[in-house]
Amino acid sequence: MKVAVIQFPGSNCDTDCQAAVDSFPGIQSEIVWHKETSLAGYDAVVLPGGFSYGDYLRCGSIARFSPIMAAVRAAADSGVLVLGICNGFQILCEAGLLPGTLLRNNGLLFRCERLHLRVESNNSPFTSVLHQGQVLDIPIAHGEGNYFADAETLKALHANSQILVRYCDASGNVSSEANPNGSLENIAGICSHGRNVFGLMPHPERVCDPLLGGTDGRGIFQSMLEAVAKAKVK
Amino acid sequence: MSNPAITPELVAKHGLSPEEYEKVLSILGREPSFEELGVFSVMWSEHCSYKNSRPELRKFPTTGPSVLVKAGEENAGVIDIGDGWAVAFKIESHNHPSAVEPFQGAATGVGGIIRDIFTMGARPVFLMDSLRFGSIEGGSEQAKTNRRLFAGVVAGIAHYGNCIGLPTIAGEVYFDESYSGNPLVNAFCLGILRHEQIARGAAEGIGNPVFYVGAETGRDGLAGAAFASRELTEESKADRPAVQVGDPFREKLLLEACLELLATDAVAGIQDMGAAGLTCSTCETASRGGTGVEIDIQLVPQRAKGQTPYEVLLSESQERMLVIVKKGREDVVKRIFEKWDLPYAEIGKVTDDGMMRVRNGNDVVVNVPARSLADDGPLYSREAAPFIPPAPLDLSSVPQADPETALPKLLSHPSIASKRWVWRQYDHMVRTGTAVLPGSDAAVFIVREANKILAAATDCNAIYCKLDPSVGARIAVAECARNLACSGAVPIGVTDNLNFGNPHKPENFYQLRAAVEGISEGCRAFNVPVTGGNVSLYNESPAGAIDPTPTISMVGTIADITHITTQSFKEAGDQIYLLGEVGSELGASHYLLAIHGRKEGAPPALDFDKEIPIHNALLGVIRKGLVRSAHDCSEGGLAVAIAESTFGNALGASIDLGATDQRPDVLLFNETQGRIIISVKPSDASALENELSTSGVPFRKIGEVTGKADLLIMTGADVYNWKVASLNETFERAIPSLMES
Repeated sequence: MKVAVIQFPGSNCDTDCQAAVDSFPGIQSEIVWHKETSLAGYDAVVLPGGFSYGDYLRCGSIARFSPIMAAVRAAADSGVLVLGICNGFQILCEAGLLPGTLLRNNGLLFRCERLHLRVESNNSPFTSVLHQGQVLDIPIAHGEGNYFADAETLKALHANSQILVRYCDASGNVSSEANPNGSLENIAGICSHGRNVFGLMPHPERVCDPLLGGTDGRGIFQSMLEAVAKAKVK
Repeated sequence: MSNPAITPELVAKHGLSPEEYEKVLSILGREPSFEELGVFSVMWSEHCSYKNSRPELRKFPTTGPSVLVKAGEENAGVIDIGDGWAVAFKIESHNHPSAVEPFQGAATGVGGIIRDIFTMGARPVFLMDSLRFGSIEGGSEQAKTNRRLFAGVVAGIAHYGNCIGLPTIAGEVYFDESYSGNPLVNAFCLGILRHEQIARGAAEGIGNPVFYVGAETGRDGLAGAAFASRELTEESKADRPAVQVGDPFREKLLLEACLELLATDAVAGIQDMGAAGLTCSTCETASRGGTGVEIDIQLVPQRAKGQTPYEVLLSESQERMLVIVKKGREDVVKRIFEKWDLPYAEIGKVTDDGMMRVRNGNDVVVNVPARSLADDGPLYSREAAPFIPPAPLDLSSVPQADPETALPKLLSHPSIASKRWVWRQYDHMVRTGTAVLPGSDAAVFIVREANKILAAATDCNAIYCKLDPSVGARIAVAECARNLACSGAVPIGVTDNLNFGNPHKPENFYQLRAAVEGISEGCRAFNVPVTGGNVSLYNESPAGAIDPTPTISMVGTIADITHITTQSFKEAGDQIYLLGEVGSELGASHYLLAIHGRKEGAPPALDFDKEIPIHNALLGVIRKGLVRSAHDCSEGGLAVAIAESTFGNALGASIDLGATDQRPDVLLFNETQGRIIISVKPSDASALENELSTSGVPFRKIGEVTGKADLLIMTGADVYNWKVASLNETFERAIPSLMES
């Protein structure tokens, strides 16, 4: 399996994602500069975290115009797996590849901490090895992770089970106390209608090594690996 | 626009004394131009020349078998860590800018220290910060200002560090009235590199082109180095234009582009433009290379039209570098900087005449021997006041506080309380190497590409330094080393940030001298070199000088993953030991300060002959796998250290200190040095005791980790009891509740 990790100017989790992905046997990853225009030959695409273009304007709103984004869109349309983490999620929303938007945290401060996510659906190529209701310990690090969508969009997200992970407490309760940023319905990550594009604010690549305090992020990459392998068999 | 005439008033306004101006005249053999006056002013400021501190700094031990680049030689020292890998690290202050504009002041402090590290060819891997503010408690105008400064500084550090993608993994924050109006912001960065990647800031190779790369020059930060070398006054707000504006996004691009460029063989020398900007980088590279540098101001990328040569030379716009490129390799610079969409320009060349020459088109506006600016500035040995030892604490004058109320009060003192509110705003996990998160004794970072484990801590108890600067400085070194030992690390090097008041005042100069001597003694005792650092003088507000604050940052290495140790108790049933003495020294303690509002007495004694064997004994039992947690006793003494050890995993503890004739407050809250609380599995207790007995250091079993909700401390017939959850709540809520008020 070949994974492209897109490097925008200001990406800063690109090498972290690469290290996490490369820790799985059978995956090769490559950093792809944002001025490239093709993603041919890649089985999956990761848009990493960071501050693309400094995020001086709305997060992700300039990166969506990067030359590589046309290729990302084409890849998504053709069913290639696209994972957006943190700034990558923001870029996917700005690009219209995922619905909704990320507002400033309701506490107005940047927050970096370990917290818990509940798997809401394992019916996706990103969560298939997890089980519904499973609690994951995965950190966040963002200033603008407050997910918002209008009522109609939210209804569609529910109808299609596109909400894949929600913020919860250690026992799996989705409560306002467990919501770090004011996200609508504690939403931490959603997938596209076609289920092959997934964006989330937490950083699974940071918990793929027991030396760094956990391995709860591995399930997401493992699911992707299995989905790609299955598609190749077909 | 014509330049003003050079008058004694103009000279004085540039901070040059009449004697210094005489020296300028004799170097030039003529009257300086306006631009030259500006150049001498910033280069001979304390900030750039260390003219008041350099004779003192020579006392530091700076050599050793692992030193690859020595203190003062380059932008940062470099230390060998084995297998062909090395670390470059340094701490630097941005106190004055942060006092007038906390957000940008702190942000650009972080940006500046990061540039110092990648200028060395190193990839920056983590940051730390040492911060000090006036009291943030209460409703006074001053407290509100201090809260605003604290919030602004933390947000500024977060803004820069988070955006550039470097984890801020450790640090310290203290609150004390002496910093009201003059906060301290000391930023540390560490980078990693291969030995052969070390880059030099020398203008080598006559005829080589000189490139300017990075952000365009604007009018921000004009003569900031000179501003930093004055006392802060009521009028300092008018100096806001002397504060730079940071652009971490630009710096991220500059960092990546420079590292990409340095990986080629096209670079002959590289230097960042920090304090004194273009001026400093040109004359320093020329001086180091034994060459001259000639540049043309008109070729410098500029943000605004109509800037004068004086402004361009003295601007401290951020995110800029000077690169000496090997002739014929100009295309490499062009290719890389165009890839990263960064401005670049060839602005001059290396010459053989030793002069820093600046043209404005056809006019020569500066023509000065480079060495005279960079290395031949004035040097002063200031007068030091005789030391007046602090009166020993008269214990009978200290009312005995009830330990059950004193402990939560200490835990909620902002200097002791949890700093989660601070480090939660910093991305402390990016670059996926943080093995021990902030909040333990030292941060631990795994550098994957080098397969090395690094630990780092930063410490300074300024109350000790105020009362006895030499003892305080020695304790700062010892406490850093102790924190490293508690994490399983052996120290390899020190960088220091000397924050003091105006050196013209003899009592301040005494503090500086005594602190340098104390640090030197400490570093010799631990056999670690000082690899560089920073001096920040003139830290005074209208209320007076700050408490002397020689901040120490120490870096260590951990030999094996299994040696990484944290402060939290791990499991009920584990046995708790105290390494070191129970102690009795209450002078200069936070108990006196927080409970009785007194900053007095002699600080605790520090005896390296007792301290070092304790560190070695601890490291010995850690390496044998016998230690489950280790935490040193610092501010607040034994009781605070034990309470902090219970918080991480919400465990209880039952402690029995035995019958004693000491006052309970002295017993629980004294700050005697060289004490470490460790916990061990019951099955390992006898092995641990055997090892410690062999090592000959004092130790005793003091209790047991419990699964209960209580922290119990018994002293003979007296029993003190606290709920761990309630203590933890007090500890965690103290700063957020002040900041949300």
